[in-house]
Amino acid sequence: MSELAWIDLALTAARPQAMGALLRYFRDLDLAEEAFQEACLRALKTWPAKGPPRDPAAWLILVGRNSGIDRVRRRARERPLPPEEVLSDLGDAEDDLAERLDGAHYRDDILRLLFVCCHPDLPATQQIALALRIVSGLSVKQIARAFLVSEAAMEQRITRAKAKVAAAGIPFETPDAAARAERLSVVAAMVYLVFNEGYSAGTAAAADAPFATEAIRLSRLLLKLFPAEPEIMGLTALTLIQHSRLAARFDADGQIVLLDDQDRTLWDRALIDEALVLIDKAMRHRAPGPFQVQAAIAALHARAATPGETDWAGIERLYRTLERLQPSPVVTLNRAVAVWRLEGAEAALALVEPLGERLSGYFHFHGLRGGLLKELGRREEARAAFDRAIALARTPAEAAHIRQHLDGLQRERAEAD
Amino acid sequence: MQYAVLCYNEESVTEAWSRDENDRVMRDLAAVEKKYAEAGRLGPVARLMPTTAATTVRKSAGESFVIDGPFAETKEQFLGFFIVEADTLEGAIAFAKELAVANPGTGAYEIRPLRLFKPGGGPK
Repeated sequence: MSELAWIDLALTAARPQAMGALLRYFRDLDLAEEAFQEACLRALKTWPAKGPPRDPAAWLILVGRNSGIDRVRRRARERPLPPEEVLSDLGDAEDDLAERLDGAHYRDDILRLLFVCCHPDLPATQQIALALRIVSGLSVKQIARAFLVSEAAMEQRITRAKAKVAAAGIPFETPDAAARAERLSVVAAMVYLVFNEGYSAGTAAAADAPFATEAIRLSRLLLKLFPAEPEIMGLTALTLIQHSRLAARFDADGQIVLLDDQDRTLWDRALIDEALVLIDKAMRHRAPGPFQVQAAIAALHARAATPGETDWAGIERLYRTLERLQPSPVVTLNRAVAVWRLEGAEAALALVEPLGERLSGYFHFHGLRGGLLKELGRREEARAAFDRAIALARTPAEAAHIRQHLDGLQRERAEAD
Repeated sequence: MQYAVLCYNEESVTEAWSRDENDRVMRDLAAVEKKYAEAGRLGPVARLMPTTAATTVRKSAGESFVIDGPFAETKEQFLGFFIVEADTLEGAIAFAKELAVANPGTGAYEIRPLRLFKPGGGPK
């Protein structure tokens, strides 16, 4: 590993804690980001000669804080009226700096940093973009590429999101236990959105989809901050298992390979093993939640050495539990897949049809419905469903997958004629 | 003398490794291991899952109680170990330095001479 590479890693690793602390000092996202950037530049200059500091995050916080204060003072001189209260705030911060750096605050700092990205007025894509930019430190270019928009458009989106966050006011009071739990669940949902964005837009080249790995990093970070939260164990386990299949989910041409057809030897056992440990740990708490149940479902797939060994009855039961904990037509749609395996296409279709109204714009609804109709020999209806699905596909791989079904129908018809 | 060489690093750093970086580090470390293994000087080597996978059983007067997470909250985490045979402390230090060359950057190796060593029969 080159010198630059390990410094880069150390900076990436320290980023959430350092940014969280700088946001607390400056109460302003832009100022905190500028201060952190400045500290990183200094690190690149001084670390190669001196080696890494013992505590890179503390080093970055101190250097960033000083450079940020300079900046505030310079700005204050340029303006007729100095923002007196900002400066006096910083004076206070200096006094108890030692106390503040000992890590007592850092859990709430990081949680706050993640929480401000989840402002309810921000659409999901902006929450994701903001978190990846601010907390993970991905470049605007990387984020723009993943969202298939231009860099300028993404820059604008992030700027708008930041302005919205600033206007809403950043919550700086130290949260009590209830507020902390509330923040944690909002943040966990956002981390899962980040993961899903990477998962559904994913390609075999992880470099093109850093979202999934970033989401895993964020959920492990949350688990480190809240080691006894079973839902965070569930979230981490879920992302690990889903990600373990990355190498098997696409073939050499970038086409989707369905679970049944995947080469299971390509699954990353280390990630699966870690996830199974986390599920074991979560179970001891006897406090089931949606992430734990979803992780348990993923684990039943992961435990099956061949598709035929899949415990579909267990999966169907877990989806029932999930329907109770978090009722949603998408959950029912997933249960229908299990019912298909257990009881056949007729029973599954009966479960799927009533969802049509609420899922009419959902790719997987039409894809599954098409598959069921095809198996039941209702070819024309199957074709119509697949056509709808193609129109709703979000990636070329999704569209190509449905096209295979349509080609299959075409062949069946040709053979029948 | 047998030594345990204990690996400490910030997990947040090792977790930020890309798959390629991870594979490269493991390959470079394996080269050092191979050299010592061929000289008959390397014992078991283990890499631990992240501390988020850890559970701690705290002994107490009554029934022991179970805590999620590692025993100690530390800046750098205990991530794995090597058992190595060396004639002197210098030899163990040389081994650790070779590991540091193979896996440069942050972190530390703590060298602890073994007082008792039971290699055990399994698991393999």
